[in-house]
Amino acid sequence: MKPNAPKRYPKPYIEQKVIKPVYLVLLFMMGLTGFGQMPIFKRYYIADIPGLEWTGKFYVTHYLHYLGAIVLFVLFAYVIVTYFGLFRRSHALSKAAYVRIFLLAAIVVTGIFRTLKNLPNVVFSPNFTMFNDISHLAFMMLLMVSGIVFSITKSGWLVPRAFRQTAPRND
Amino acid sequence: MTLLTRRSFLKTGLATAGAACASQVPLPAAAQTKNDGELATLIDIRKCVGCEACVEACREVNAAKYPEPEKPFPKMYPSRVKVADWSGEDKREVRDRLTPYNWLFIQWATVVVDGEEQEISFPRRCMHCQNPPCADLCPWGAARKLKNGITLIHADICLGGRKCQVVCPWDIPQRQTGVGLYLDLLPSFAGNGVMYKCDRCYNRIAQGELPACIEQCPEEVQTIGPRSEIIAEAHRIANEEGAYIYGEKENGGTNTIYLSPVPFETLNRSVDKGPGKPHFAPVEDQMAHADNMAKAMLIAPFAGLAAGVSRVIRAARRADEPPEDNHEA
Ligand code: SF4
Ligand code: SF4
Ligand code: SF4
Repeated sequence: MKPNAPKRYPKPYIEQKVIKPVYLVLLFMMGLTGFGQMPIFKRYYIADIPGLEWTGKFYVTHYLHYLGAIVLFVLFAYVIVTYFGLFRRSHALSKAAYVRIFLLAAIVVTGIFRTLKNLPNVVFSPNFTMFNDISHLAFMMLLMVSGIVFSITKSGWLVPRAFRQTAPRND
Repeated sequence: MTLLTRRSFLKTGLATAGAACASQVPLPAAAQTKNDGELATLIDIRKCVGCEACVEACREVNAAKYPEPEKPFPKMYPSRVKVADWSGEDKREVRDRLTPYNWLFIQWATVVVDGEEQEISFPRRCMHCQNPPCADLCPWGAARKLKNGITLIHADICLGGRKCQVVCPWDIPQRQTGVGLYLDLLPSFAGNGVMYKCDRCYNRIAQGELPACIEQCPEEVQTIGPRSEIIAEAHRIANEEGAYIYGEKENGGTNTIYLSPVPFETLNRSVDKGPGKPHFAPVEDQMAHADNMAKAMLIAPFAGLAAGVSRVIRAARRADEPPEDNHEA
């Protein structure tokens, strides 16, 4: 590589400006519709708030939760590909990212089993079903806690690989 | 024909099928197809005389499973949360609807059969859906489906949130306050007892016995057998004798097949409906959306993959261009 023709790395611009807000909104909706699977929104008057009646309708929240999962699957596949294809050389994953990835993977896996269980031809053992349901909820709660912690410590997903940033800037 | 009456039940291999279902099977062997080993009941309402022998039998053999709530009930917040109490002496005796103490009741309809007005009766209880929303949507796995087609609610785990009743197309499960796990958690703030319904005598089936209501019926109104055979028999009778079928397609298919001398539309108009009194209306498959969206979930990652790859390719092309043309850098 010639010294005055520095190799430039693509920046995660779309990812920061588009994917991240979409992801955060989605995660919030998944939390809301997920908690809506428990009969609490009606009991605690949330479903009485104008515009939030749907939170007390189990088939509606269930439908939205599935819809959110579909969009999240698209998004996860997209960021995995773009990370490995574009950003890995310039950015490493932070420790916080590893924690998030672990929790998200656990949520996805338990969610997949829950989806399988709801298919007409699949019957899981009762204990497995309960273990899976409670794990799904617990991992989501951990993700929420870690989200709060990471927002305080300002731990993002990517950390620039410092040694790659030595190229002289022209502007 | 291997449809079962009380005498033939023990002789068939179904007893073993039933026993296998009650045991807990670990993953992944636990996943199996719905028609493999599901038992269905055929209820020929033309034979029913309304004697309530089945109701009494159900109450007798299942009495040990009935709730014995602790009183006073915990005070519940917010105040809109209503106590559901069927445990008083008179309420326990209620027989004209489903309650936590009455999992089966006799419903009546006045209809015209062959130009003659008739009062007909028929047993009503949980339909044991093939893809039961009560079990699918139970947030704790307390409501569950067994491989032999029984849907049951585990009284030790149920928190009484009543979701199963809300999502059940027939409003079947019934709540009793003051019993169950919620008392050990946050009794005032979450849960409200336990939901009860017909469990198709799962414990008797596991031991090779017939459900009590089938065994005690003097008219042999009900038969039980492998679903495919029950369906075939129902269609044979329907064709030969001009009867109508309910339960085969309703809610995507149930394991309770009714045979009626009049269309179910007619029957549905005549029966008393309301809390604890199920209808005979057509029911769409409540879980169809979940089945379709599960398929979309399989495709979704590929869509993301394609979008990601195209982003990588575009960025790589741009990186090949001279730096001054590249405004992204
Ligand atoms: S015991 Fe048989 S005949 Fe008597 S009410 Fe029940 S189903 Fe009808
Ligand atoms: S009839 Fe209702 S309670 Fe019975 S299995 Fe179907 S959804 Fe569940
Ligand atoms: S199958 Fe058993 S629990 Fe269900 S109605 Fe008949 S006797 Fe009652």
